[in-house]
Amino acid sequence: MHSMFNSKKNPALVWAGVVVIGLALALVPFVAAMGGQAWVRVVNFALLYIMLSLGLNIVVGFAGLLDLGYIAFYAVGAYVYALLASPHFGMHLPFWLILPLGALVACFFGVLLGAPTLKLRGDYLAIVTLGFGEIVRIFLNNLNTPINITNGPQGITLIDPLTLGSFSFGKAETILGIEFSGPQKYYFLLVVLCLLIVALNIRLQNSRIGRAWEAIREDEIAARAMGINTRNVKLLAFAMGASFGGVAGGLFSAIQGFVSPESFGLLESIMVLAMVVLGGMGNIGGVILGAILLTMLPEALRFSIEPLQKAIFGRMIVDPETIRMLIFGLALILVMLFRPAGLWPSAVRKRELSGAQS
Amino acid sequence: MKHVRTLGLTLVAVALAGVYGCGKKEEAKPAPAPKAEAPAKPEVVVKLGHVGPLTGPIAHLGKDNENGARMAVEDANAKGTEIDGKKIKFEFLGEDDQADPKTGTVVAQKLVDAKVVGVVGHLNSGTTIPASKIYTDAGIPQISPSATNPKYTQQGFKTTFRVIANDVQQGSALGEFSVKELKAKKIAIIDDKTAYGEGLANETQKAAEALGAKIVAREYTTDKATDFKAILTKIKGKQPDVIMYGGMDAQAGPMVKQMKELGIKAKFISGDGACTAEWTKLSAGANESHYCSQAGLPIDKMPNAKDFQERFTKKYGQIQVYAPYAYDATMALIAAMKKANSTDPAKYLPALATLSHDGVTAKVEFDEKGDTKHGLITIYDVKEGKLNALSIVGGAAAAPAPAAAPAAAAPAAAPKAEPKK
Amino acid sequence: MEIFLQQIINGLTLGSVYALVALGYTMVYGIIGLINFAHGEVVMVGAMIALSVVQALIGAQLGLPPGLVILVGLAVAMPICMGIAYTAERVAYRPLRSAPRLAPLITAIGVSIVLQNLAMIIWGRNYLNFPDIIKPSPIEFGGAFITDVQILIIGVAALIMAGLLLVVHKTRLGMAMRATAQNQQVAGLMGIDINTVISAAFLIGAALAAVAGVLVTLYYGIAHYHMGFILGLKAFTAAVLGGIGNLGGAMLGGVLLGIIEALGAGYIGDLTGGFLGSHYQDVFAFAVLIIVLVFRPSGLLGERVGDRA
Repeated sequence: MHSMFNSKKNPALVWAGVVVIGLALALVPFVAAMGGQAWVRVVNFALLYIMLSLGLNIVVGFAGLLDLGYIAFYAVGAYVYALLASPHFGMHLPFWLILPLGALVACFFGVLLGAPTLKLRGDYLAIVTLGFGEIVRIFLNNLNTPINITNGPQGITLIDPLTLGSFSFGKAETILGIEFSGPQKYYFLLVVLCLLIVALNIRLQNSRIGRAWEAIREDEIAARAMGINTRNVKLLAFAMGASFGGVAGGLFSAIQGFVSPESFGLLESIMVLAMVVLGGMGNIGGVILGAILLTMLPEALRFSIEPLQKAIFGRMIVDPETIRMLIFGLALILVMLFRPAGLWPSAVRKRELSGAQS
Repeated sequence: MKHVRTLGLTLVAVALAGVYGCGKKEEAKPAPAPKAEAPAKPEVVVKLGHVGPLTGPIAHLGKDNENGARMAVEDANAKGTEIDGKKIKFEFLGEDDQADPKTGTVVAQKLVDAKVVGVVGHLNSGTTIPASKIYTDAGIPQISPSATNPKYTQQGFKTTFRVIANDVQQGSALGEFSVKELKAKKIAIIDDKTAYGEGLANETQKAAEALGAKIVAREYTTDKATDFKAILTKIKGKQPDVIMYGGMDAQAGPMVKQMKELGIKAKFISGDGACTAEWTKLSAGANESHYCSQAGLPIDKMPNAKDFQERFTKKYGQIQVYAPYAYDATMALIAAMKKANSTDPAKYLPALATLSHDGVTAKVEFDEKGDTKHGLITIYDVKEGKLNALSIVGGAAAAPAPAAAPAAAAPAAAPKAEPKK
Repeated sequence: MEIFLQQIINGLTLGSVYALVALGYTMVYGIIGLINFAHGEVVMVGAMIALSVVQALIGAQLGLPPGLVILVGLAVAMPICMGIAYTAERVAYRPLRSAPRLAPLITAIGVSIVLQNLAMIIWGRNYLNFPDIIKPSPIEFGGAFITDVQILIIGVAALIMAGLLLVVHKTRLGMAMRATAQNQQVAGLMGIDINTVISAAFLIGAALAAVAGVLVTLYYGIAHYHMGFILGLKAFTAAVLGGIGNLGGAMLGGVLLGIIEALGAGYIGDLTGGFLGSHYQDVFAFAVLIIVLVFRPSGLLGERVGDRA
C-alpha cells in the first residue's frame, strides 16, 4: 500500500495507474450489467460493505478493539435517513443534509458505546459491543409504542431515493448518450464515496492518530506511558468507525427504499468482521478485498452451483442454497488456516507472524 | 453479441418503465418478446419466478411455497397452454431470499434480469415489500401467497397482489371469535415482535376491545425463542380467559406445552402462522381444545384442493401452510395471460387485476389495491391432536360450516418427509 | 408471591441450561483464550442426534422405559459431539494457536456455519419434536408449579458442576488444566502435554454440550438445526457475566442470566407502566452485563487467577 501511493518516486507512473484504475472502475457497472442488473446491485452492496469494513477496520484493525456490534451504527445511519426522507413523518429532507446528519448521530452512538467500555479488554469488549448492537436493534424493533418513532418491525417503506434537484439516482436515464440504470447511477456515487473513505483511511493510518491507534493496539500501557491520551484516542476510533457506518447506512436506506430492524442482526456484524479479518486486519487493501470476496462469493455460488450441478450430475443433488452456505463456511476455515493474518495482511502483522511468536 | 443485446434490452426496459411510469406501457416490452422468436419454434418458453427463504429458520415454509408454485408450473406444462396461437412452455425459476430484505432485492433484480413475466412471492412481508419496488419498476406483476402485512398493497403500486387475507382481516376475525364465541372478557395477547406477529396481534386487540373485552396483558417474545415461562407466569397472574398469540408454529408449540406445565387454564388462540400440522405436532399432548385460524377455507372445503393435496403430498411431502396459495398465485398469473391472450406483463396486468379464477383455495379475485376479495378465515380447534375446522368467518361467501365436519385439515400425526426432490 | 416463586423456578431452570452450555465456553476460553463460537452448534447436534435416536427407539416399539430411551439417546449423542469438538479443535483451531487472536474466531464462525448447514442437510428444515413419552407432571407447592423435567435439569446441572469442580481441583488432569491456563509454555516445560490438556477441555465441553442438548430438547420438546446459535449466544453472555474462564463464574452467570430474564420480563413492564415490557427482555440481560462489566471489567468472579480452569 505504501509504495503504491508514494507519488514522490515516480509521478508519471502513479498518474497512469490512477487513470487505468479510474477507467476500470468506470467500466465495472457496464461489465456487471452484461450478467444482468442483479450483478450491479451485488456490486453496489459490495461497495456498501467496503465502507462498512473500512469503518470497522479503524476500530478492530487500527486500534485493536474487537467490536461485534458494529452493525448498530449502520442501523442508526439507515434509520436517520429513513425517518427524515419518507412519508413516515412526512419529512423529505435533501440527502446532503441527512447523510452527514446520519454520520453525526452514528458518531454520537459510537462515543456512547465507547465511553463506558474504555476499561474493558479484548473479549469482554467483544461481548459488550455485541450486546450494544442487539440493544440498538431491539430498540428499533420496539420503539413503535407508546409513541411510534421507528414503526417497529413493520419497517419504513417508500424511502426517497437520492435526488439532487431533478436528478434522481433511483431512475434510469440517458446521460451523454449512455444509458444509466438506477443501480448503475448509485454505483458511481458509491465509488466516489468509497474512494473518499479510502483516501481518508490512508491519511489517517499514517497520521499521528493512526500511529497512536497502532501503539494502543500493540501495548496500551506502553502507549499511555509514551504520553498518548488513550481515552481520547480510543473514543476517536469508535467515533470515526461509527460515522463511516452511519454514511453506509444512509445509502443503504436510499438504495433499498425500505428498512426494517431485521436487516441489522448480529449475523451482519459477524459478516463485516469476517470481511475485515479474512481480508487482512489493519490493511486497507486487504479489507477491501475481504469485503468484495465475502459479498461476491455467496452470490457467485448462487449463480454457479445450480448450472454446475446440472452439468455434472444431470440433476439437482442438494439444494444450491445449502451448498452455498456450506462452501462459505469452509472457505472461512480454509482461508484462515492457510493465511491466518488474512489474504492480504498488513506489513506489521506479517512481521509479527514471521518473527517471534508472542 | 448476445451480451450487448441483453444489456440493451434490460436498459431499454428499465428506461421505458421509468420514463413512462405506470401510465402507458403498451409500447414497452420488458417481457421476453415471445413473438420475435415464435416463427422459428412451435414452443415458446415463458419464465415464471418464485421467491421464498430456502435457508434459515423458516426455510421449511419457503420450500413449501416453492413446491406449490413449482407444481402449478408443471401442471400447466403438462396440460399444455396455448396463448396467442402459440404453445407456451413455462419455465420455473426458484430463488432464495433467506428471509433477508437485502437478499430479497438482489434476487428480485435477478428475476427481472432473467425476464420473468410474473413473480410468485415473497414469503415474508419483510422481503416482499422492498422487492415489490423492483418488480413494479420493471412492470412485472407480483402475487404473494403469504405476505399478510397490509402495507404491501398500500404502496400505490399497480403490480402488487396477494391471494391471502391480510392481517387486518384475520386479526379481527380472531378478536371477534374470542369475544363472541369463547365469551372471553379478559384477554392476554402475546406477539413475536415481527411484522407479521405484531400486525396480527394489534388487529386482534382492536377488534376485541371494540367488542368490550379487556386486554389484561400485552406481552412479547421473539421468533427465535423457546422459553415463554416468564411471560406466561406473568399472564397467569392476570387470569385471562383467552391467550392470543401472534407468531409462528415453532413458538406456539412449546408455548402451549408450557401453559399446561404452569397450570394455566385459559384457551389459546393464534393465527395462520401457527395454525399448522407442525404446531399440533410440537404441542402434542397439550393442545386439546385450543384454537387457531387459517386464512382461506380448510383444505377439504376448498373447491379443488383434494386432488391438489393428494398430488402434492405424494410429490413433496406434507403441506406446511401456504403451498396451495402459491399454487393459486401461479395459476392466477397463467390464467391472466390466457385471458389477455398475451404473456407480455404490460398487456396481461390489467387482465390480472380484473381476473376471476377458480383456484384450489378459493376464487381468486382482487380488489382495487390488489388484496384478495375473498378473505375468508377459518377457525380451527384441536380435537384428539388434530386440527378440526370449526367455523368460517368473513368474506363474501361467509357461511357457517357445519360443526360436523370432522375431517382433519392435514394429517397431523403422520411422520413427515422433508420435501426433497 | 406464588408468581414470584414461579418466576424464580422458571429462571433457575433456564439458567441451569445456560450454565451447562456456558461451562463449555469457559473451559475452552480459560485454557486457550478462544471464544469457541461453534459450541452452540455442538449443543444443537447433541439435541438432534439424541432426538433421532429416541424417535427411532420409540418407533421400533420395544417397550423400553422412557428414562432408558433418553439415556440411550444421550449415550449415542455424547461420543459424536465429542468427536465433532475434537475434530474441530484439531483441524480448525490447533493450527492457529500462534496466529493473530481473531483468526481462530473466524474459523470458529466457519465451523459453526458448516455444522449448521450439515445439520440442515441431514435433518431437514423442519422442526423436530420430542416424542411425547414423558408427560410433564407439574408438582404444586405454594401456588407455583415445577415439573419433573425441571427438577431433573436443575439437579443434573448442579451435579455436573460439582463433578467438574472436583475434576479440576482434585485430579492430575485438573491440575494440568490449571497450569496450562496460567502459562502454556511453562506448563509445557513442566512436562504437561499441552495438546492433550486442550483436547480434554474440548472433549469435556462437548460432553456437557450433549447433556445440555438432550435436556433442552426434553424440556422444550423441540429441536431445530438453527437452535444452537441463540442458545450459544446466551450461554456465552452468561460465561462473560460470571467472568469467562472461571467455572464457578459460568455457573453463577448462567443462573443469574436466567433469573434476570425471568424477573425482567415478569416485573419491569409493570414497574415502568408498560413502557419497558417483555419486548425488552434481551435488553435487560445485556444491560445488566454491561453494567457489571463497567464496574467489574473481568466479570463477577473473574480475575482470580488461581481459580482459573
